[in-house]
Amino acid sequence: MTREYETVIGLEVHVELAARTKIFCGCSTAFGGSPNSHTCPVCTGMPGALPVLNRQVLDYAVAVGLATHCEVEEYCRFDRKNYFYPDNPQNYQISQLYLPVCREGYVDVEVPEGGRRIRIHEIHMEEDAGKLIHCEDGRHTLVDYNRSGVPLIEIVTEPDMGNAQEVIAFLENLRLLIQYLGASDCKLQEGSLRVDVNLSVREAGTAAPGIRTEMKNLNSFHAISRAIASERERQIALLEGGGKVVLETRRWDDGAGCSHAMRSKEEVRDYRYFPDPDLPPVRIDRAYLEQIRAQAPEFPTEKRIRYRQEYGIPDYDIRIITDSKRMADLFEAATAICGQPKKVSNWLMGETLRLLRERNMDAQDICVSPGHLAALIGLVDKRVITGSVAKEVYEVMFESDVDPVEYVEEKGLKTVGDGELLGRAAREAMAANPRSVADYRGGKEKALGFLVGQVMKALGGKADPVGVAELLRELLRRDETGA
Amino acid sequence: MNLLSLSAVELSAAIREGKTTAPQALEAVLARIDRQEETCHCYVTVDREGARRRAEAVQRQIESGALTGPLAGVPMAVKDNLCTQGLRTTCASRMLEDFVPGYTAETVRRLEAAGAVLVGKTNMDEFAMGSTTETSCHGVTRNPHDFDHVPGGSSGGSAAAVAAGECFFALGSDTGGSVRQPAGHCGVVGMKPTYGTVSRYGLIAYASSLDQAGPLTRDVSDCAAVLEAISGYDAKDSTSIKREPQDMDFTGALQEDVKGLRIGLPRDYFGEGLAPEVKEAVLGAAQTLRDRGAIIEEFNLELVRYAIPTYYTIAAAEASSNLERYDGVKYGYRAPETQGLEDMYRKTRSRGFGPEAKRRILLGCFVLSAGYYDAYYLKALRVKSMIKQSFDRAFSRYDLLLGPVAPTTAPRLGDNLADPLRMYLGDIYTVSANLAGLPGICLPCGADSGGLPIGVQLMADCFQEKKLLRAAYTYEQTAKRFQPHNYIHNV
Repeated sequence: MTREYETVIGLEVHVELAARTKIFCGCSTAFGGSPNSHTCPVCTGMPGALPVLNRQVLDYAVAVGLATHCEVEEYCRFDRKNYFYPDNPQNYQISQLYLPVCREGYVDVEVPEGGRRIRIHEIHMEEDAGKLIHCEDGRHTLVDYNRSGVPLIEIVTEPDMGNAQEVIAFLENLRLLIQYLGASDCKLQEGSLRVDVNLSVREAGTAAPGIRTEMKNLNSFHAISRAIASERERQIALLEGGGKVVLETRRWDDGAGCSHAMRSKEEVRDYRYFPDPDLPPVRIDRAYLEQIRAQAPEFPTEKRIRYRQEYGIPDYDIRIITDSKRMADLFEAATAICGQPKKVSNWLMGETLRLLRERNMDAQDICVSPGHLAALIGLVDKRVITGSVAKEVYEVMFESDVDPVEYVEEKGLKTVGDGELLGRAAREAMAANPRSVADYRGGKEKALGFLVGQVMKALGGKADPVGVAELLRELLRRDETGA
Repeated sequence: MNLLSLSAVELSAAIREGKTTAPQALEAVLARIDRQEETCHCYVTVDREGARRRAEAVQRQIESGALTGPLAGVPMAVKDNLCTQGLRTTCASRMLEDFVPGYTAETVRRLEAAGAVLVGKTNMDEFAMGSTTETSCHGVTRNPHDFDHVPGGSSGGSAAAVAAGECFFALGSDTGGSVRQPAGHCGVVGMKPTYGTVSRYGLIAYASSLDQAGPLTRDVSDCAAVLEAISGYDAKDSTSIKREPQDMDFTGALQEDVKGLRIGLPRDYFGEGLAPEVKEAVLGAAQTLRDRGAIIEEFNLELVRYAIPTYYTIAAAEASSNLERYDGVKYGYRAPETQGLEDMYRKTRSRGFGPEAKRRILLGCFVLSAGYYDAYYLKALRVKSMIKQSFDRAFSRYDLLLGPVAPTTAPRLGDNLADPLRMYLGDIYTVSANLAGLPGICLPCGADSGGLPIGVQLMADCFQEKKLLRAAYTYEQTAKRFQPHNYIHNV
């Protein structure tokens, strides 16, 4: 007999903050750079060097806390987590254990079964480690401290999720909030968002939680979903087979579609946490909180309500547009310039989404500037270019944000307005396709479309198809009367 | 003119007046070093050529009027745990035997900006762990007053260098008495400022919440001048404090005036374990101040007996973490021919650290480990704050506290090394100031029958260095026992 099982999931989410400098020194956080070029005595653990907290990091951490309804503590403090590993130049990581910056928040999510509230246990600030590069000879390892001291926050949830859908919904909402705040770009593939999944199963209806495992190396939402399904199956199979789940950390192998044990928590390391004596407690007063609160942007839920009232575009469009801060910003700015929300929305919902999908890109990476999009809409409105030319131009804009006015001029893409040229092309099309002419005159309206197409083709698409159709109708009628 | 008989402030005045020059003063010091260093061994590194270049440059700046301060042109020595760019900084440990820092400690930078000329780096206990300078990997430093005795520690090299005339003043660091106690043993003036007054940037950490650099000088006036040069807020040290400028006008405090000053003598500081000769000399100093109008009173300072265990718990805990970075990966010593990462860590640290550093690392790991953290480390933090409160109560009644700096005069070489616990207990009068963050000064107040100096310690409430200096200056001027050109025992 098979029993029913429930899944219990909690997350540990690491977010790399968008601060320009490191958490405890003035070194750049820019990605890349030759090894150890973004380093100083502080982030390489030189004797006598001391950490100084970057205010921007605190601002972001508090902003994320407020956006996720957390209690921001009046005092927070940094602790040292002691462990030996060469990517960590001091052999301790500066983190927050005893007094984290934020506690007890939540994020509400919508899933097909209805609304869910996912509680946040705490948010704390910490420093990232450097990167080890193992040489091919198998005997040497090099270390690059450019990432050492890059600021992170870790968001720890309560075990409030029951399936992958809820996990993804939570992560999407959280990511959106953080992107809106500008606190991080939250890219899973690039590691600026890292998710560890703590999962256990228990027989349905029982209250006692099962033994959990922690899953690491999850580089996409897809991988997270698969890992959750796989780990649930693995744990159930273990229990059904009379075995026991072991408290351990596992590594997800997305290629193989399975996970492997990394280390057992039984051999848990003693990190000897204690308050970092180099960093005095941080006091967060009411005035500071109000200042951060005042800087908060308009969040997606607020935006959606306003869009409905202000722009009169469909709810579906609103949803898609506000699901990306970049898209919402582009929409609002372009609309402010051209005053045509529906047309702007159409460009985003149509060509933009198509190109994003085609190129497997994130909406955050759209480079089109609002002025250029508004200008493009203007060109079509004024019939300077045709819709099909506009799509071609937009593809180039999407690539490199060119100015459409200049581009159209340069490439000679303006609609052919010259009557003589049009007339010649129309007559040539009629002469070359007597069959279609006859069909049209015989009452087959459809034949006109073919002729329009032929004219457009002859003019390289640079004609206004409505105008061409009008002209053709006119010519066909006139010729009929023998004029 | 015997240059070596001058104080730092007198020397800089003589240089400004053109009676001598910075290079001449440096040569006098270097000659002295040549004559005695083999015996005394105050220095780990003497940077002769660098010092000559610096002295020339400073002399030009003095002549052009760019440098006018009271330390311009004065040769100084710096403890070997303060980073000096391009000049090796070893912490007297095999672990950092060849370590050359890429930057200079803020305190040293400020002194160099004031025109002081760095002569070299002084010997110390390994990572400042010890009270005798015997745990140094470079060998012992001998007390200039008697070569069979230690100079005290951990800033023993700095204190001995000042006493031996091998520099005009020195910087030390004080975590549990490491400036004040060797000052006492070598017959010079040593001061630990209020925690946060002097930047720790570039001071190689032993116990971060207690470490504070401080001056070792020939007299109280020099002490005030050096302290004034190194004090002040530094954004690179998060524990640095912004103090009012008038609060740090230390040379302005050099006045003979203790009338009505209330000075408390903690009874427990004069009880069992204190050598009679030391007791007599320290009480004599109290009497001198009473004669000048101070109000002297005995009182019970609470919790004195908890200071040592509290100090060694907190200091060891922080040290165990601070010393983790010495692993053979990035700089310093790496054991040769190791198999893999763990083996490299184990052998590097086993061979790189001496026994006292290892003892404190192990003790620190123990008090921070799961299951013991609350019972030891947290409890020690609680006692630390209670000790602070007990000083708060004392300073609600007294302006200053007066007592000995060490239970005895300088021990014989080797005596303490055999018995670390005895060495720890010797810190009884000094560690409390570090635990409570208080300023303390030690100055000579006599000698024992063997001619070894005895020091008296004055402590004040946080930020009250000026009171401390005023009382110390008054005593010094009154006692006249302190004669800078006579206390140096020639080889």
